[in-house]
Amino acid sequence: MPDTDQTQIREAITQAISEHEVILFMKGTPEAPACGFSARTVAALQSLQAPFAAVDVLPDPRIRQELSAISQWPTIPQLFVKGELVGGCDIVMEMYESGELAQTLGVDNSEAEQLPRQESGVVASGLAQIENRLG
Amino acid sequence: MPNAEEIKQRIEAAIPGAQAEVEDWTGGGDHFKATVTAQAFAGRSRIEQHRLVYEVFGAEIGGPIHALSLKTQSPQ
Repeated sequence: MPDTDQTQIREAITQAISEHEVILFMKGTPEAPACGFSARTVAALQSLQAPFAAVDVLPDPRIRQELSAISQWPTIPQLFVKGELVGGCDIVMEMYESGELAQTLGVDNSEAEQLPRQESGVVASGLAQIENRLG
Repeated sequence: MPNAEEIKQRIEAAIPGAQAEVEDWTGGGDHFKATVTAQAFAGRSRIEQHRLVYEVFGAEIGGPIHALSLKTQSPQ
């Protein structure tokens, strides 16, 4: 992506955050996480049946640089809900265990556990969107 | 190469009154796990608490310190 500059990447990230109610920036994809922290965060979201968009930061190191500059958060994954940074893996797991995550995501924890696992359809479009803009 | 003791000392030096327990998660000197208790965390959100700790290390996070898993709390 030689002709994509830093500003375009930053704008694409900002737009993705504002367009998706729940968006996870991670290493790898929900189907194939490339890092244990990303994997745990995805598992927490999936077990709550929360639909989320996902962006893989690995294809271009500038995605991570710009994301961290926007969020003032140094590590990956980063979960955003309604445009706000909720946290990385540690915070998401703490909130998952306390039930706060279900609350933040607006899903009913008890009901979600009885439902079959579903793959989120938003994921693919979230990824494609960023890749299209960056590509 | 940072070690757990050095990370503990740097957190405690940078955040007044902080007490940190740090372990080398994998034994490889780059994945650490810290529990930090500090009065400075009182009244701050988890995000802000973690940021205070991350700020101690700046660009080392994601560099020499590949991962610093955090649990933060204010004293009971």
